[in-house]
Amino acid sequence: MTRELAMTVDTVGVADATPDEKQPWAELGLKEDEYERIRKILGRRPTQSELAMYSIMWSEHCSYKSSRVHLRQFNEKNPRTPRLLAGIGENAGVVAIDEHIAVTFKVESHNHPSYVEPKQGAATGVGGIIRDIIAMGARPIAVMDSLRFGAIDHPDTARVLPGVVDGIGHYGNCVGLPNIGGETYFDPCYQGNPLVNALSVGVMPRSRLQSMQASGAGNIVILLGAKTGRDGIGGVSVLASATFSESGEGDARPSVQVGDPFTEKLLIEVCLELFDAGLVVGVQDLGGAGLTCALSETAAAGDGGMHVDLELVPLRAKGMEPHDILASESQERMLLIVDPAKAEEVLARSHRWGLLATAIGTVTGSGRLVIDFHGQTVVDVPPKSLADEGPVYDRPIAEPNDLALIAVDRAETLPRPSTDEEIRQTVLDMAASPNLCDKSWITEQYDSSVFGNTVLGAPHDAGVIRLDERTGVGIAISLDGNGRFARLDPYTGAQLALAEAYRNVAVTGATPIAVSDCLNFGSPEDPHVMWQFERAVTGIADGCQKLGIPVTGGNVSFYNQTGRDAIHPTPVIGVLGVLDDVARRIPLGLGRTGDTIALLGSTAEELSGSEWAAVKHGHLGGVPPKVDLDHEMKLAELLARLAGTEQLAAAHDLSEGGLAQALVEAICHSGLGAQILLPEGVDPFTYLFSESSGRVLVVIPRGQELAVRTACEQRGLPITPLGVTDANTDGLHLRDHFDLGRAELEAAWRGRIGARLGE
Amino acid sequence: MARVVVDVMLKPEILDPQGEAVLGALPRLNVTEVASVRIGKRVEIEFDENARNVEEQSRVIADQLLANPVIEDFTIYIEPSPIEAP
Repeated sequence: MTRELAMTVDTVGVADATPDEKQPWAELGLKEDEYERIRKILGRRPTQSELAMYSIMWSEHCSYKSSRVHLRQFNEKNPRTPRLLAGIGENAGVVAIDEHIAVTFKVESHNHPSYVEPKQGAATGVGGIIRDIIAMGARPIAVMDSLRFGAIDHPDTARVLPGVVDGIGHYGNCVGLPNIGGETYFDPCYQGNPLVNALSVGVMPRSRLQSMQASGAGNIVILLGAKTGRDGIGGVSVLASATFSESGEGDARPSVQVGDPFTEKLLIEVCLELFDAGLVVGVQDLGGAGLTCALSETAAAGDGGMHVDLELVPLRAKGMEPHDILASESQERMLLIVDPAKAEEVLARSHRWGLLATAIGTVTGSGRLVIDFHGQTVVDVPPKSLADEGPVYDRPIAEPNDLALIAVDRAETLPRPSTDEEIRQTVLDMAASPNLCDKSWITEQYDSSVFGNTVLGAPHDAGVIRLDERTGVGIAISLDGNGRFARLDPYTGAQLALAEAYRNVAVTGATPIAVSDCLNFGSPEDPHVMWQFERAVTGIADGCQKLGIPVTGGNVSFYNQTGRDAIHPTPVIGVLGVLDDVARRIPLGLGRTGDTIALLGSTAEELSGSEWAAVKHGHLGGVPPKVDLDHEMKLAELLARLAGTEQLAAAHDLSEGGLAQALVEAICHSGLGAQILLPEGVDPFTYLFSESSGRVLVVIPRGQELAVRTACEQRGLPITPLGVTDANTDGLHLRDHFDLGRAELEAAWRGRIGARLGE
Repeated sequence: MARVVVDVMLKPEILDPQGEAVLGALPRLNVTEVASVRIGKRVEIEFDENARNVEEQSRVIADQLLANPVIEDFTIYIEPSPIEAP
């Protein structure tokens, strides 16, 4: 121990004695006025450890300093619902399913680490979101992911995509959670800034809901899980809170973390055992900001005081200084607050599972977070100043100058295929395009059915998981975003993503009840990006208010920007719905031969921002399709009703690629053919490729046509019969226009991702 | 013929779950005096007899294929060629 003692430690006493010592606040990402504020709060200069803690907690990633003024809208506009048991500000939102069980879910970004080191970055993203679910008291039951990469044939995509997919599969498969779907998109705007958004969902008895409060003076603070090493120091304060320089990523390299999913599995089991035995007062996961964040947040949420002896933290690396220990982002760790009478039992039960558990401090009534290192005080701060009272910026907002120009550059004016042969070829080309083609190269690398409760996984519109074998109650979740629409109009684009996720859940027959969002944007220091952010948040908040489903949490990822080039604003929306009986869910496909194929909703000439404009013309301009949330609500209510009465054999949401793509996917998924007759007088190209919102392709079992039509008419929902399912038709028969055989369709649609990546 | 051995190890600050697992298993063998275990990989490469720039080529192989320089370090040993010996 003499070695550590020989280390010169910057204590509170030293800081008092050397007020003028120069400190590296700028290198840690703090602004001058922020540094001055820290000095004012403390009445002296911060110690090295305190400076590290403030720089982390006041970073964009942890403090939400640029987004907070806008995110308030969620609280102001969120509909009140008795289902919401925990909301924004908790580790994850919790919603009640019935009187006994609740689910918790959240989507979070791990964009920057996944660019630097794709496999480990994506893997630890999955690990992090799973720990948020555990911290609420739930057993994680599934994961999903929303991925965005640069152009599919760019050489760097061949580095990033396989690594990210490998990481998600490795972590999720090893920890034993099914991956029930998600989305993958390619666009050159994500070239230097891929987006990796991971979602996890968990289930719990309502009585097991946990809190992150460190309350009750005298209670013991226990660190559970892996040892603390030099992983990821500076990860959130520097990596996730600044723009990548154009010169390269070399400087960000040391902040990579490597996770261990087998330790995570033990964490799940230990935590649930401790919760069930009533041994835990408060719990917090250690995520992006390590001990710094966990200690300050639990102390701030509780009675406000805590004393920690930092030398008790088990270390993996030699010679770690106090500020290293506080900033480390080592994975698979949790912080527990435990009654002293139960501390022994908590330690013993953890050790029985082979996990390290160490008492490192106590809750106090002092109102201060005091951290000692070998008896010397290195931190003495009011914890709320770290966790809750960070800087808040109302950053300048300016509408992008090019917006008016973009709006008049409409895709509706682009040259279109006119002959049947050209339209036929367009169907094939679109099916083979990177964003629309079969994604099984990716989804096959994930375990989708471990636990045996997966009812629907990829490529369905939403993942469906059974929660209770006896009642059959289950949930459906969908993750959706569309950066192109949001680039054209962030307010409408965000609502289109919300509407699509809502509809994707509804087409399984589930009733949507809650939202989680991951807001991926460029630099908040750019007023144009801030404008996009404000518009998107307002769009989501207004949309959720209208739909009557609350935003329960999520995260904000800024600085997805290289040099001056920001990504498209990309709000990714997760919607969760409830199915009373998963046996009545509606699948993808074409039902049985003789069933009627029909379209719900109406089709307008809306091609701006569409997949067709991007694939065929590399075009992005005009205004995105209109959103009608009243219509979406009626549609969802109808689908849930028809699922309950088993009057739909299949349903599929129309989104990117329009009706043509929905038919291709339904045919490839079902093994049957489709005979389609387009309504009289429509322009076949527009009808097939428009991306008008609020549409669903449905398959109605024989004999139910009249009942379904009546149900639509009662609700004022347009329904258009398009044709029939037919086992003797080879692929798609579009009467009076063309035939597209199954072999040709599948050859276009399947196997594209691996082939384009050179695998 | 030049024989090159490349050792690839995780950087010291990176967690090695495999090494930790081995360390955790040692008490079962009544081995209790081990402080740390790190696991890496050893790659043996044999170049053609007339290969030139062996060291440079080995470095390219190690840096771009064998090791992930973000989280791993590598060392290259070039075994002295017996033919060149007097």
